[in-house]
Amino acid sequence: MAEKMDEETVAKVKGILLPWKGKRGNLIMALLRVQEALGYVPWEAMEIASVELNVPMARIYSVVTFYNYFKLKTPGKVVVMVCDGTACHIQGSPALVEAFEKQLGVKSGETTSDGLFYLQVVRCLGCCGLAPVVVVNGKTYRTVAGEDVAKIIAEWRAAMG
Amino acid sequence: MVELSAEQIAKLKALGATQKETLVKMGDDFKKEREKDAACIYTCNATGCRSGGSVSVIDAFRDALAAAGLSDRVRMVGTGCMGLCASGPLARVEIKGREPFLYKQVTPDLAQIIVAQHIAPALKDAAAPLNLSKKLAGHELSLKLPFFTKQTKIVLKHLGHSDPENLGEYIANGGYRALMKALEMKPADVIDIVKKSGLRGRGGAGFSTGLKWEMLAKSAPVGGEKFVICNGDEGDPGAYMDSCILGGGSHAVLEGMMIAAYATGATSGWFYIRAEYPLALERMELAIRQAKKYGILGRNIFGSDFNFMADLRYGAGAFVCGEETALMASLEGNRGTPRPRPPFPTEKGLFDKPSVINNVETLATVPAIILGGADWYNAIGTATSKGTKVFALTGKVLHSGLVEVPFGTTIGEMVNDIGGGTSTGKKFKAVQTGGPSGGVIPASEFRMPLCYEELKKIGSIMGSGGMIVMDESDSMVEIAKFYLEFTVEESCGKCTPCRIGGYQMLRLLKKIASGKGTRADMDKIRDIAAAMQRGSLCGLGQTAPNPVISTMKFFADEYDALLNKGRKG
Repeated sequence: MAEKMDEETVAKVKGILLPWKGKRGNLIMALLRVQEALGYVPWEAMEIASVELNVPMARIYSVVTFYNYFKLKTPGKVVVMVCDGTACHIQGSPALVEAFEKQLGVKSGETTSDGLFYLQVVRCLGCCGLAPVVVVNGKTYRTVAGEDVAKIIAEWRAAMG
Repeated sequence: MVELSAEQIAKLKALGATQKETLVKMGDDFKKEREKDAACIYTCNATGCRSGGSVSVIDAFRDALAAAGLSDRVRMVGTGCMGLCASGPLARVEIKGREPFLYKQVTPDLAQIIVAQHIAPALKDAAAPLNLSKKLAGHELSLKLPFFTKQTKIVLKHLGHSDPENLGEYIANGGYRALMKALEMKPADVIDIVKKSGLRGRGGAGFSTGLKWEMLAKSAPVGGEKFVICNGDEGDPGAYMDSCILGGGSHAVLEGMMIAAYATGATSGWFYIRAEYPLALERMELAIRQAKKYGILGRNIFGSDFNFMADLRYGAGAFVCGEETALMASLEGNRGTPRPRPPFPTEKGLFDKPSVINNVETLATVPAIILGGADWYNAIGTATSKGTKVFALTGKVLHSGLVEVPFGTTIGEMVNDIGGGTSTGKKFKAVQTGGPSGGVIPASEFRMPLCYEELKKIGSIMGSGGMIVMDESDSMVEIAKFYLEFTVEESCGKCTPCRIGGYQMLRLLKKIASGKGTRADMDKIRDIAAAMQRGSLCGLGQTAPNPVISTMKFFADEYDALLNKGRKG
């Protein structure tokens, strides 16, 4: 399904799963921790979790495909989150989404062909007073206007060399 | 739990009593420390202001204080949400003997100037008049604004005034006193106070909290267990009340949960908080760690017979998990799909044990009610909606932010006084409450008081507290489409009315929005809405048509215009 995981990563995943063994309500937590470490949840990590946590693969797959937070593919180095919660929506986020999609040449949930940018439209980042909001690798841009989009992309392109 | 001998229990009780004394002393020590301070700088360090750079502002204040040799006389506190998020980062300067002074849009550079021009001269000479440069004066935010004076803060009371990571400060502000008081009462009496207070669930449905607790109290434990669950899955776009309450007042939520557990006989608690809220999670994790360390969580708490433990689980991004049975499925590590009720969670809940699920704001209100009494709380609000409600006031208002008002406050007061009027210069058209489950209230109805009943009557709901203000440039059909797209995307797919009804309704709505709709499409939308409202398994599907039906009712002209456009073309 995906590229083979090296031994070091396998050990890392097992290490992450270990403290969750036998705990109630552990599956989502354990998978979130795996994603935190690897950036996404690779197929092989699910297989390891299935064995380590004694949960059928079908249930794991049903869970990771149900929740929006899980990523099943490796995201780009720069994660661009454009908020489309209600407050951002009425302050112009649809135009921002369009501008990012056009300038990056990808749709929401996709990574640019050079692997640099991952675009994600999200629902409410919880700072509605600053709408519309864009968060790039943890850095927040407030009251973003259409013309800021090119600047934000250029800033991160430069930062990534 | 492991059975202990009488001797062991006596030892644990003695330890609990000592721990209680330690905590009380911790609070007193903090108070003494605070009295010594000549001044204090409170900088809002909640999600909104952090996004604006409050962390570096706090560092700049610390550096400037150190450079001026004032570090030991001026306390620097990073606080929970101060409310006026649109003007952040906010910093409030409180100098002994002087009026508090609030600054907006503070930068690290400005922080240095504040120390040099405002704080240092005032501490040198107590009688020195405030002499601010034009630049600095331009950053003053009057604390006499209706935004501040028209609010009644119970849940948010300490948020902008204390360091949420400092347990001593929480105790100095009266923290864990409500739990201490409750532990000296009979559990049934605690429930009685909450019932008489009139507190209703703040998550949306507005069910009596006391009655819900009573139902759990009557259920026998299964396998020795009963649970209290805190619903922190605030998935409603445009709402961030719970995020701020958890981030700025995590101990109050924990204390509320523990009082609920004592009253209902619950043995442990679970927090369910969205993974999208890193700060709320971090603070809740810290609160639980601190509580364990100081014996607030554990066995024979404060020397009583009450044992309690709490744990935390992350939500992974599914709006439907705000529904209680879906939330429990998610906590168990499954897909978050709801199940029919009965059995109610209070009989058969999480891991098949009796459980009660309370919203973050509900639990955060409980300690204040236990300390203030049922009569005090009951006197605030309207005949059937008691107390205060926190709202995330956003959209086209000047003062957008987190506010807390008594029930009965009118929408007009919210948007014009607290919100400071329009931010765009255009006229208000409507407000939307209840998010994807709610509806719109047109400007002609702004005299309406905010309470559960009135909102329901007009076709909206109280919901969790999102309030989005829209002006005349906003298209109501577009708003309806926005919400319906959201619920269709978030439908779990388990029941047919929601899965297929929502999809078909959205298809028709898109057709209308594009100018190709007909009257027959409008009728079909109404039919589908009725089927969804009656036939859906959970609240998500039952309420999903609300934004559409409510805009069709109040803004029929906008739909008509689109239908006519199609006819001409």
